[in-house]
Amino acid sequence: MDFTFDSEQNDLREAVRGLLERAYGDSEARRKVVGNDPGFDEKTWSRLAEMGLLGLPFAEEHGGMGAGPIEVAIVAEEIGRVIAPEPFIEAVVLAGGLIAAVGTDAQKGELLAAVAEGTTVPAFAHAEIGTRWSASASAVTATQAGDGWTLSGVKEPVPTGARADVLVVSAVVDGGTGLFVVQGDAAGLTRTGYRTHDGTRAANVRFDGTPATLLGAGGDQTAAIERALAEARIAYSHEAIGAMDTALRTTAEYLKTRKQFGVTLNKFQTLTHRAADMYVSLELARSTALWASMVQDAGGDVLSAADRARLQTSRAGRHVGKEAIQLHGGIGVTAEYSVGHYTSRLTAIDHLLGDGDFAAARLARTVADQETVDPLGAPYTG
Amino acid sequence: MRLQLSPELEAFREEMRTFFTTEVPQEIRDKVAAHRHVSKDEYVEAQRVLNAAGLAVPHWPVEWGGRDWTPLQRHIWREEMQLAGVPEPLAFNTSMIGPVLAAFGNQEQKERFLAKTANLDIWWCQGFSEPDAGSDLASLRTTAVRDGDDWVVNGQKTWTTLGQHADWIFCLVRTDPAAEKKQRGISLLVFPMDTPGVTLRPIELIDGGFEVNEVFFEDVRVPAENLIGEENRGWDYAKFLLGNERVGIARIGATKKMLAQAKEHAREITVDGRPLLEDPFMATRIAELENELVALELTALRVVANSADGRPHPASSVLKLKGSELQQAATELLVDIAGPLSVASFADGGSDVPDWARVAAPHYLNYRKVSIYGGSSEVQRTIIAGTILGL
Repeated sequence: MDFTFDSEQNDLREAVRGLLERAYGDSEARRKVVGNDPGFDEKTWSRLAEMGLLGLPFAEEHGGMGAGPIEVAIVAEEIGRVIAPEPFIEAVVLAGGLIAAVGTDAQKGELLAAVAEGTTVPAFAHAEIGTRWSASASAVTATQAGDGWTLSGVKEPVPTGARADVLVVSAVVDGGTGLFVVQGDAAGLTRTGYRTHDGTRAANVRFDGTPATLLGAGGDQTAAIERALAEARIAYSHEAIGAMDTALRTTAEYLKTRKQFGVTLNKFQTLTHRAADMYVSLELARSTALWASMVQDAGGDVLSAADRARLQTSRAGRHVGKEAIQLHGGIGVTAEYSVGHYTSRLTAIDHLLGDGDFAAARLARTVADQETVDPLGAPYTG
Repeated sequence: MRLQLSPELEAFREEMRTFFTTEVPQEIRDKVAAHRHVSKDEYVEAQRVLNAAGLAVPHWPVEWGGRDWTPLQRHIWREEMQLAGVPEPLAFNTSMIGPVLAAFGNQEQKERFLAKTANLDIWWCQGFSEPDAGSDLASLRTTAVRDGDDWVVNGQKTWTTLGQHADWIFCLVRTDPAAEKKQRGISLLVFPMDTPGVTLRPIELIDGGFEVNEVFFEDVRVPAENLIGEENRGWDYAKFLLGNERVGIARIGATKKMLAQAKEHAREITVDGRPLLEDPFMATRIAELENELVALELTALRVVANSADGRPHPASSVLKLKGSELQQAATELLVDIAGPLSVASFADGGSDVPDWARVAAPHYLNYRKVSIYGGSSEVQRTIIAGTILGL
């Protein structure tokens, strides 16, 4: 049992931190970037590709680095630390992860190499209006047409949906939910992008007899989707940890410098105690997120581990995010100051793939299955 | 980063589990698990079983019975003990005065006290808190004045836990009232509870039990050789001792056991014909608590792995604070599951209410103490804010 990064992992963290600090160390830089489409910086994206990060979890034979969940966690936390708007989790972990898990060798060879090089940004078009956080599709249907397929229906909101060069789409097939690849310039594809509250971008994506290619061998892919969502939930938990860490540090600095009633705010115990509680929330969430990545790495029950990480980071994210603003006072809700943007991003993370209530409800269904939970189980099997 | 325990530690855990569940008498462990009163004789019996196997004071110096274990081994030892319902070795002996004697006592004091302390031949109690000096410990007013070869002690202590069983007390006393800082003029004295001038008065608690006491000192004569360490350095020893106290105070294994009991009882109780455990709200409440406990256990493992040279990691305050909250939440859960049965607390004979439901409310009420003793939650927040966040 070991919670420390090895020297290569520390090097990776320093390198990513350095790159992202240069890009977004000044929060004004992020404001400028998210002010214009596509909501992230293409140059920074290229630099992430040069560093090998966009192929981090993919096999080396497909142009990737062959790294594991711990390395993904490290990058996600650094992204959260400066709330970099680049869609690393959306494109690499989620869409890329599905291609890596389900795609044919040819699809992996072609698509993953392009993702790793930064030349193709993929997005996972999965969410549908009227349902939430399900692993299956219902509003977009797939129809077989000769050798190929066509899709019809609407996906929304699709993160990075307008900018994406290629879409991985979940759609109803006989016997479940299938996965398809749709090119960004496909006929019968309409994408309407918009800005989200956290500065990133999402889109309404409309399919109208749109030609699509089956991803992988076909059939019901619900289990693969469930797993990819779980892995992305763990990665989001790490992004949230990074964001919480900065929000707390920013708040502590503010309490030490801002004066009211003639003294700095850290002279008021009611405020310092609330900051201490933020730290408690953060560290408990950090432990759980690190553990979930270790479970994933060890081949354990990733679905349950993801729910545990999500439950803990969701509750912590809301606590830390809301308190960060409250302890700042009015300046915390201004767009010129950074801390509110962290709370906004934490709120978005919470709602993209499942919040704490969602995770708690799922864990509740299995709570009777075991007498006690042993997080050190080898490997953990719930 | 690696999730699993090493094969050696896995074997160590198994060894502990086997010992605790087979060597410590079942009746005693059942009492602990059921939150029923454990007698002095049972405490002593359990600790002697542990001590005979070298499991009572593994964190002491090897010379005095320690095992030179890693912090992680000590963590596993403690958790397995709690899960098995073994009464933990008396903290006043093994976590508090024992390590202080080993570190600061003279050779004669070590030989006189340490073996008996490990074996619970001497039952120690703590004379720290006073009516006007609880969390603000340095404000204590009990005095010791030198008179020939004796110290003469006058004053009052309170919250003296299990003092009714104690043979000896370790006591903070003010020996230099003129010291510039109030922390400076304090010394540590030890003496028998049956010394003339010592009076003990039990304090009844809201659960109907007696576990804390007031202790009064009236011209108590203590031989000079019973001063531990240097005169007026008692504050340093107290800080050393309280630092030890915070480690392991999260009681994760004990809370884990309570949650397992909560599930068991929520299966037995039905609501409109369905087990309470199948009620989505109850199941979610338990799931949330269980998840927080997993988070705390993992955090404890992180802290344990990072604690250097035996000094408590500053984040150990997180363990005390959150550990207290979760212990209290688990007792609250149990009393809520018992529901109307919980009012039958003091029924005996004639009542069909099961034991666990009878003790649920007193246990819940009793556990309000855990966020107060050992440095209140407010004190822990102040430590986190000050030493970790720099506020």
